[in-house]
Amino acid sequence: MKVTSRNFKEKSHDAMQDPDLRAALGRVKEGFTTARSVAASELPEFEDLRDKARDIKDDVLENLDYYLEYFDEKVTASGGHVHWCSSAKEAKEAVLKICQDVDAKTVTKGKSMITEEIALNQFLAANGIEPIETDLGEYIIQLADEPPSHIIGPAVHKTKEQVTELFYEHHQQYGYTEREEDPEKLVGEARAVLRHKYVTADVGITGANFLVAETGSTVIVTNEGNGDLTQSLPKTHIVVASLEKVIPTLEDVSTVMRVLARSATGQEMSVYTTFSTGPKRSDDIDGPENFHVILLDGGRSEMIGTELEELLRCIRCGACMNHCPVYHAVGGHSYGWVYPGPIGAAINPQMVGLEEARHLPNASSFCGRCEEVCPVRIPIPKILRHWREQAFEKQIAPKPERWGIELWGFFAKRPVLYRFATRCASRILTLVAGKKGRLKSLPFGKGWTSVRDLPAPQGDTFMGQWQKKQKQEGQI
Amino acid sequence: MSAREKILGRIRAQKKRGALDGETQDILAARIAKHERNVIPKRGQIPLTEQMDLLQSKMEKLLSTVERVTDASEIPSAVQAYLASQNLPSRIKMSPSESLTELPWGDIPTLEIVTGAGAEEDMVGMSPAFAAVAETGTLMMASGPKTPSTVNFLPENHIVVLQASDITGSYEQAWDRLRSATEKTGMPRTVNFISGPSRTADIEQRLIMGAHGPKSLHVILVGDGT
Repeated sequence: MKVTSRNFKEKSHDAMQDPDLRAALGRVKEGFTTARSVAASELPEFEDLRDKARDIKDDVLENLDYYLEYFDEKVTASGGHVHWCSSAKEAKEAVLKICQDVDAKTVTKGKSMITEEIALNQFLAANGIEPIETDLGEYIIQLADEPPSHIIGPAVHKTKEQVTELFYEHHQQYGYTEREEDPEKLVGEARAVLRHKYVTADVGITGANFLVAETGSTVIVTNEGNGDLTQSLPKTHIVVASLEKVIPTLEDVSTVMRVLARSATGQEMSVYTTFSTGPKRSDDIDGPENFHVILLDGGRSEMIGTELEELLRCIRCGACMNHCPVYHAVGGHSYGWVYPGPIGAAINPQMVGLEEARHLPNASSFCGRCEEVCPVRIPIPKILRHWREQAFEKQIAPKPERWGIELWGFFAKRPVLYRFATRCASRILTLVAGKKGRLKSLPFGKGWTSVRDLPAPQGDTFMGQWQKKQKQEGQI
Repeated sequence: MSAREKILGRIRAQKKRGALDGETQDILAARIAKHERNVIPKRGQIPLTEQMDLLQSKMEKLLSTVERVTDASEIPSAVQAYLASQNLPSRIKMSPSESLTELPWGDIPTLEIVTGAGAEEDMVGMSPAFAAVAETGTLMMASGPKTPSTVNFLPENHIVVLQASDITGSYEQAWDRLRSATEKTGMPRTVNFISGPSRTADIEQRLIMGAHGPKSLHVILVGDGT
């Protein structure tokens, strides 16, 4: 998809003025966070399961080459095909070739972040194959021609009224000529329109939440059942997955399953968790005849053995964005690429380049909630700090910012001078503020004072108060 | 060089090593073969009769309906009563599994039984569960020649027959049962864990039932667990 991370500041500004988006983000903040906290509290083993999930993923990353070859062998043994692809381009071409080999005209799709990442829909459409998204949220944003704004709720930014208009515009061809406003009926309309598409599609494409090395199975997790219809009705099933999705055994998958839905939506289990192994067996009466797994690297192998390796533990639950005060304020589209929120801020600089995504690591208050709720304990704030350092060292941050940091660094390395300077600055600000105790404007501080007053410091500096306290305690 | 070799080469270079040595490979192969369990929640590790209650309460919370019968011969009349109570048509698309087809359907001549895979026009589908997991109120369905997985998804309403003796406490215990049942044939093409009827919250986070899969899920639990 087109990268617009460079415009983070402008897009955030617009997002904060959008009343519909404000209402939608309010729902994310309330709904998902409460549900997660209830689900976590109802399972006494939850924290142990998170530790174990982290350890499983660490073991995978330590021995990734082994598990991938094991997985490949098992898929092949069950009659499927694995296509190893280094880049998005290779992956798209592999999918296209499979589609062309079966003379495909239409393709149904289950929800998949990885196909968003490689912009598969645009590529298929440009090659004369119609991709049809079947997850309701993905379907809505496909009609609106927009990227997803949330990992698990792609259309979380859309209002009911907007969906009404989209369906009114696009469903007239199917005989729906009235504006439908009842959400239940809107869902029914999408269900009816898509039902026939499942049955007539030539190829079904899904992503994978997990790839199981032990059995060569691919696993999808959904609530709607769209992924299952996508992968069981067409003659060909293609799974597109990135290589870090591999998990050693069914027991390990069971462990990670227990933290996935709870962290994502607060459900104990999503409604459908489906394991697909090879094509249909010779005596089966349904299921696809062909089974292909596109195994995509897409820049991930380069992260192994670096500060970024822990990001590859991510199971794409969305908990970090559900709990992020910055995401709550600016929404998903501001981040300018497929992955929004804290995980996007941490991973996008690697995937689209730090220069393009340099604002994202700064889009954090370092409150640490993302790390607190991450089911596989990814230290996102640490990784954001890594990117900030990189932006400084590689001179990607603009000059005034770097000079500011250098100036601060100069003082910070000289504690006596630092304390003296902060004490002086504090007193000067208090003096200038006068009786009101507030400053209306400040040189170099317009970003703050153009929209609100700056309260003047009151009393001594922190270090001053600390020393005083230490002295008093010493006297006692 | 193939993409496969390139990718494996990059992983190994990043790890500053070559392919894993034989000894490490043996350890990993043994790890996979052992099927070692990790953390199992205690809540499901209870006697069968309690598991039945836990399963039922979890299923009902997920908006499934559960009906208990003591003997399989009661299933046809239970199905008829359920369909009538829900105003559903009396035509059923049924998995061609003997566990269902050999039930005394002749007792209820008003029911039309059609066996086979799921189809677009089916209003009611009926299939047997392979197992169930009390921990979260989850059904485990395994595909096969007589248990097509489309019956679980295409019909608007889904009826599942579950034997009490097939209830387990955890997913891990269900996997063990599947492994021993499919020792010769291997992993089925499709294994579905199903926890309630289909739903979506993609429009303003309102919960709406019946997004693409069945709008209702009715579980007939057979036996009393003794």
